[in-house]
Amino acid sequence: MTGNDATAEAMRQIAPDVVTCFPITPQTELMHKFAEHVADGDVDTELVLVESEHSAMSAAVGAAAAGARAMTATAANGLALMWEIVYIAASYRLPIVMPVVNRALSGPINIHCDHSDTMGCRDTGWIQLYSENAQEAYDNTLQALRIAEHPDVLLPVMVTFDGFILSHTAEILEGLEDAEVKDWIGTYEAKYSILNTDDPVTIGPLDLQDYYFEHKRQQVEGMRHAPDVIREIGRAYGELCGRSYDLFEAYRLEDAELAVVALGSTCGTTKVVVDELREQGVKAGLLKIRSFRPFPEAEIAEALGNAKAIGVLDRSISFGAPGGPVHKEIKAALYGTGHEIGIVNYIYGLGGRDMSMNDIKTAFAGLEKVAREGTPDDNIRFLGLRGEGGV
Amino acid sequence: MKERGWTEIPIGGVIEEAGNAAAYETGSWRTYRPVWNSETCIHCLRCWVACPDSSIEIADGKVTGIDYEHCKGCGICSFECPVDPKAIEMKLETDFAKE
Repeated sequence: MTGNDATAEAMRQIAPDVVTCFPITPQTELMHKFAEHVADGDVDTELVLVESEHSAMSAAVGAAAAGARAMTATAANGLALMWEIVYIAASYRLPIVMPVVNRALSGPINIHCDHSDTMGCRDTGWIQLYSENAQEAYDNTLQALRIAEHPDVLLPVMVTFDGFILSHTAEILEGLEDAEVKDWIGTYEAKYSILNTDDPVTIGPLDLQDYYFEHKRQQVEGMRHAPDVIREIGRAYGELCGRSYDLFEAYRLEDAELAVVALGSTCGTTKVVVDELREQGVKAGLLKIRSFRPFPEAEIAEALGNAKAIGVLDRSISFGAPGGPVHKEIKAALYGTGHEIGIVNYIYGLGGRDMSMNDIKTAFAGLEKVAREGTPDDNIRFLGLRGEGGV
Repeated sequence: MKERGWTEIPIGGVIEEAGNAAAYETGSWRTYRPVWNSETCIHCLRCWVACPDSSIEIADGKVTGIDYEHCKGCGICSFECPVDPKAIEMKLETDFAKE
């Protein structure tokens, strides 16, 4: 199955009460597939075809506020268009689950993979789970529902996977049985429903200087509970099907001197490179971030503690900031830990620029030099860029 | 009303109590104050129908005054008033500052 098919399959098995739908490349096939399931009567989901992504998220918010299990999916400019309501979904504490098929934001217009869309959303209050492959996109979608609906969390979850690289390439999927998924997700009882006239509540009222701040602090608390919940659900999922999940994956990292930090499909390629380098006697390792929000900084700092040089791969740019968003988090995580580690930021793969094994080898070669000589002045590098400054 | 801490209120900004907008005083937002003249008022109640904040006070079908704790000063009441000169006039709040 492709990543889109795998995620649509997870959605078929979840059979949400309401799915709101607007097409955008490379997510279109996902909803196309799910809409087929609705048309064929495989699910009794109310499929709401809307006129824009702003409406897609708005309708999902309305459905969730009524107590429904609500989902939608999008990518890139679609996510940008729904931005306003993305924040609102989180602040109303509505456990909406949304697969986002990572694609570069315009402009210039581009339909291929990078992480500028979801990285731009990192402060919206959504939990973000990044997927390495279609299997993880499927597994993350099934877990996302439980995480979002957990009473200690009650936050929406984005499940991301790389556009085209994962959304449109086929791999073998180990799916759960329909009955297993039904058991796994259980039933959802929302605490509030705007349609419950016996117990009427107001959702989304004006919230000014007197209480807005307090509600933001509550969101922080939901996010603080999320790491334990993500781990607990990741373990339970492992007991169900043998594939357990954590906040991040440490791949041959324990004794690694040269560590690469990445997320998304590049992690798969990096693992192959790490294996090759290990055969050559290079102590290489990978830290794959699954949960970027919440960002488990203490655990990540500990996992990277033995490295002599760290290369952080960013598939997006934070213009005017010192490096990409992942790079900044890693640097912040290591601040105050006492480890003097050379860190280099590799910005790569923008607009779908291919990230080959050779590119990753170039990054590791750069790290070797950093391990010997310390943090260089040119610590933000553009991997795969042509022209001056490219490596 | 004593303002409560973040652990003491429902999450997500939900208001659990129905119809409690009256407890939220919005009168301080006002720039213009509607001033009602009982001498010229014909009690047609257009202001009462039009007021978006239910701030026209009435008793036995007659206007008795204006609820300044909730009136935001939008001026719809004065606009709708059919009497000439108007029985509700909008006056700058700053003119009342000394009171």
